[in-house]
Formats: sequence, structure tokens, C-alpha cells
Amino acid sequence: MNPLFVAVVTAVLGTAAVLATIRIVRGPSVLDRAVGADVLVSILVISLGVEAAVNRHSTTLPILVSLSLVGFVGSVAVARFAARDADPRAGTTRVDPQTGLVTVDRGDPSGSGGDDASPQVP
Amino acid sequence: MTPTTSTTLASATPSISWIGVADALGGVFLLLAAALCLTSAVGLLRLPDLYSRMHAASKPQALGMLVMLVGLGLTMRQELDVGMMALIAVFQLLTIPVSAHLLARAKYREVIGAQEQGTGWQAPGATATGTPDGEDRR
Repeated sequence: MNPLFVAVVTAVLGTAAVLATIRIVRGPSVLDRAVGADVLVSILVISLGVEAAVNRHSTTLPILVSLSLVGFVGSVAVARFAARDADPRAGTTRVDPQTGLVTVDRGDPSGSGGDDASPQVP
Repeated sequence: MTPTTSTTLASATPSISWIGVADALGGVFLLLAAALCLTSAVGLLRLPDLYSRMHAASKPQALGMLVMLVGLGLTMRQELDVGMMALIAVFQLLTIPVSAHLLARAKYREVIGAQEQGTGWQAPGATATGTPDGEDRR
């Protein structure tokens, strides 16, 4: 294909990957990092597709199939861990806004003994 | 890229080759997919909280992927490859909402759990003591 086209697409996709990596590094909570990792995986899939279109081979298409099948497993696992951390009966994680430190406070002093009386969130 | 007379479809002007047209259109679609990726990454970096970041993140996952597959299909033009691209699109559209739903539910439960330790249950938008995710609000 056109070398200018290849250069432009490479620059755009590389910039997007760098920005998603910055979000993964800076993300305040682990869920933000999971979203950034999802975006990074989709940028990777799109760049593999562009590479297959530029070089006109279909070698990487099974890689795309498997990535689209299992690409969601990582963020699902992270979301399950974060939901267990945020359970008020098990203690919640708090992120200090200034320092970014994560503290886990376990045990609710104002909570009554009846855990079943806590409102069930969907 | 070179126009061959045997594989050209019926066209009024022989100077226009449909292979070249499909290649150019595929290049436009691939460029559009890359631009969607860049837009989503900028939104992922600049938007304030997790819900709006998920809104930005869903663009290359669904639309960017489909646009890239259309561009790839216009460039490759073979039946087996196009079938595999349809498989990729189906799998991607099936698995995206699962991860998005679980991430949003984890965030929602985190907000509710933080408010339960305060003054009881409140609606997720009605935070009295600052947003729980407002540390990155600029």
C-alpha cells in the first residue's frame, strides 16, 4: 500500500496505544486500569488487522478470533476482585485523593450485627 | 493494485478498476478505525470518572472493530477471510457487553458500599460529601 498511509496509521495507532498505557499507569482505581487494558487490547486487534490489510496476508486472522473470544476475561476477573473488595461486610478499599494511597478499612463501627438487614444492591 | 482486465467487473470506463476502488475504500475504512482508536484513547485520558471512561472505551471495541473488519474485507476480498471476519465481529459483539456490565456493576457496588458507611442509602448521583471518584477531576 501507500507508504504515507502506513506511516499515518502507524502514528495514529501508536499514539492511541501510548495514551491508553498512560491511563493504565495513572488510573486511580483498578477498574480504570481494566478499562485501559480493554482499550489497549482493542487497539492491538485493530493494528493487527491493519497489518494484515497492508501486507495482504490472512495469517493473523485466527489471532484476532481468539483475542475477540478471550479478551474480556481479564477485565471480568478484575471486576470480580474489585466487587469483593468493595463489599461492606468484608471491608472497603479507599483511595486517598491527594496521595493516591489505598487503605483498606475493615469492620464497620456503625454497622449493626444483623448483616442481613443491609440493603441489597443489584 | 495494477488493473487487470480479466478480473475487472463490468464498468463503463475501463480506466477505473474496481479493485483499486475497493483498495482505496478499504484504506479509508482502516484510517477511520485508527482515528476512532485515537479519539477513544484521548477520551480515556481526559474524561473524569469511570462511567464516562467506559463510554469512551466502547468506541474502538465495537465500532472501530467493525469498521476495521469492513476495511480488511474490502482489501482482502476472499470468501474464507470474510467468513472469519464475520466470526470475529460476532464474538466481539457478544463479549464486549459482559466485561462492560461487570465493570459498571463493580463500580456501582463500590459507590453504594461507600455510601452505606455514611448516611445510609442514597442514589448514586446524589453524593453529599463529594464524588467518590472525584480525585481526578480537573
